[in-house]
Amino acid sequence: MSRCEHEHPRWAYGARGRGQPLDGAAPLQVSRLVVRYPGASKLALADVSFSVAAGQRVALVGPNGAGKSTILKTIAGLLPAECGQMRLYGNPVGACHHRTAYLPQRADLDWRFPITVAELVVTGRYVHLGWFRRPRAIDWQQVRRCLQRLGIADLADRQIADLSGGQQQRALLARAIVQEASLFLLDEPLNAVDEATRDLVTDVLAQEARNGASVLAATHDLGRLSESFDAAIYLQDGRIEQTDLLAVARGVASPHRTPGARCTASRTGDPACTG
Amino acid sequence: MHWLIEPLQYGFMRQALIAGLLVGTTCSMLGVYVVLRRLAFLGDAVAHTTLPGLVVAYLNRWNLLLGALVAALVTALGIGYLSRRERLREDTAIGVLFSGMFALGIVLISRTNSYRDFSHILFGNILGVTTGDLVGILLVGSIVVGTLLVFHKELVLTSVDPLHAQVIGLSADKIRYLLLVSIAMSVVTAIQAVGVVLTTALLVTPAATASLLTKRLQRMFALAVLFSAIGTVSGLYASFYLGVSSGGAIVLACTLVFSVVFVVRSLVQQASFRSILLGRFW
Repeated sequence: MSRCEHEHPRWAYGARGRGQPLDGAAPLQVSRLVVRYPGASKLALADVSFSVAAGQRVALVGPNGAGKSTILKTIAGLLPAECGQMRLYGNPVGACHHRTAYLPQRADLDWRFPITVAELVVTGRYVHLGWFRRPRAIDWQQVRRCLQRLGIADLADRQIADLSGGQQQRALLARAIVQEASLFLLDEPLNAVDEATRDLVTDVLAQEARNGASVLAATHDLGRLSESFDAAIYLQDGRIEQTDLLAVARGVASPHRTPGARCTASRTGDPACTG
Repeated sequence: MHWLIEPLQYGFMRQALIAGLLVGTTCSMLGVYVVLRRLAFLGDAVAHTTLPGLVVAYLNRWNLLLGALVAALVTALGIGYLSRRERLREDTAIGVLFSGMFALGIVLISRTNSYRDFSHILFGNILGVTTGDLVGILLVGSIVVGTLLVFHKELVLTSVDPLHAQVIGLSADKIRYLLLVSIAMSVVTAIQAVGVVLTTALLVTPAATASLLTKRLQRMFALAVLFSAIGTVSGLYASFYLGVSSGGAIVLACTLVFSVVFVVRSLVQQASFRSILLGRFW
């Protein structure tokens, strides 16, 4: 019997009330997730189950509107789940937000706001700072190192308005790494970026995965799926159509589908799961 | 230099200058966020909707600042509430509350005998600022500027990337309310200076002028304060010597500074564009 979470999750900004990863828990476990956009009649996600292991890179693929972004947003806590369960390192959504980095689509940011690249990247430290504490020298050093790793150290003092698409994506990934996250939720990280950036992003994610981080990324780039990811989940109309173990030999992939679950939502908006 | 010093011999001019500079600093600093987050319409609405609060306070001989503050807060929070979770689009919510509250103010005024009593509410009365008013302006201004400093990093993050803010547990809505309340408070101080109708100018024009000249946030704050000071001082002097409305003169001076900067910047850009072109051909 799956549990239903009707409430929009709330959690504290900064280090207060932070959950610790449970021993042996998967970085991400999603079971029978049902999501509906507020006011919409159609389900955005209908009964989606999968998990991501430590060190695993999983791609979400499928046509526009299939639910790729919705999955990422729900796990990040931006959308309420109508039904189903999500566990991040054994904790509910929000309790481990310091270890979860969500990279929005680039269009979701206001790139015209007048701050520098370094000032954007340092916002990755805010989850550790919380209210009233300013980034210290050690935070800025970390920012420099990550900018170097993504090959944009020379852009540190440039305005974010002056960045190209590829540079914007590098800056966003630098922020996720500055955050010291271990679960990366990436919305179209390889979309409309130059070849060099694509290679670099793939490399950096591979390094992070070797160090035990997990990646869940929505992508359109089917050509390079097997180079960049360990497994792929094919979505269609908010359902998992197929899961593909791109490299079964590595024996790390574990997406699965739970058949037979049904979700019914009553008119009062009080959902109940059966199955 | 006599003409510079002469107005300062009058107590009311000294008070007016101090009040104008305080109000200008508060409004122009907050105005940077108003401009960058495209909240100009909201600022205008909050300013206009203070009218019923001011009228009720005036008729009951309560503190005018307090009456305006209550009305402004009701509007700011009401707009935030109506447009929460996108039930209504924000500009629609603003439009409804803006005109409704202003109409209430007009109806309340029409119940009294004379519109003339309210001209200083509508058009400001900076030359009549009392020491008590100055203390109020200083207090409200310190709270607003203090808020901008203390919550600087949260204000920036929720402006650039509200989704990231949300994911790390920083509610973009909460910061928005903070900004709305700050706008309400600074609008109330601005009403003293230039009145209900022209308050938006102090919020928007100096910051807009600054945004023409720099892409650095810190410099934008500094320039906005500078431009508002220039506008306030020259407006007050113009009003002293030409005998025109002080509120109108201050706003007009700010607009003039904006126009000059806009034109000069366009000319410089054209010139540098032309020299690039010339450099390419010759």
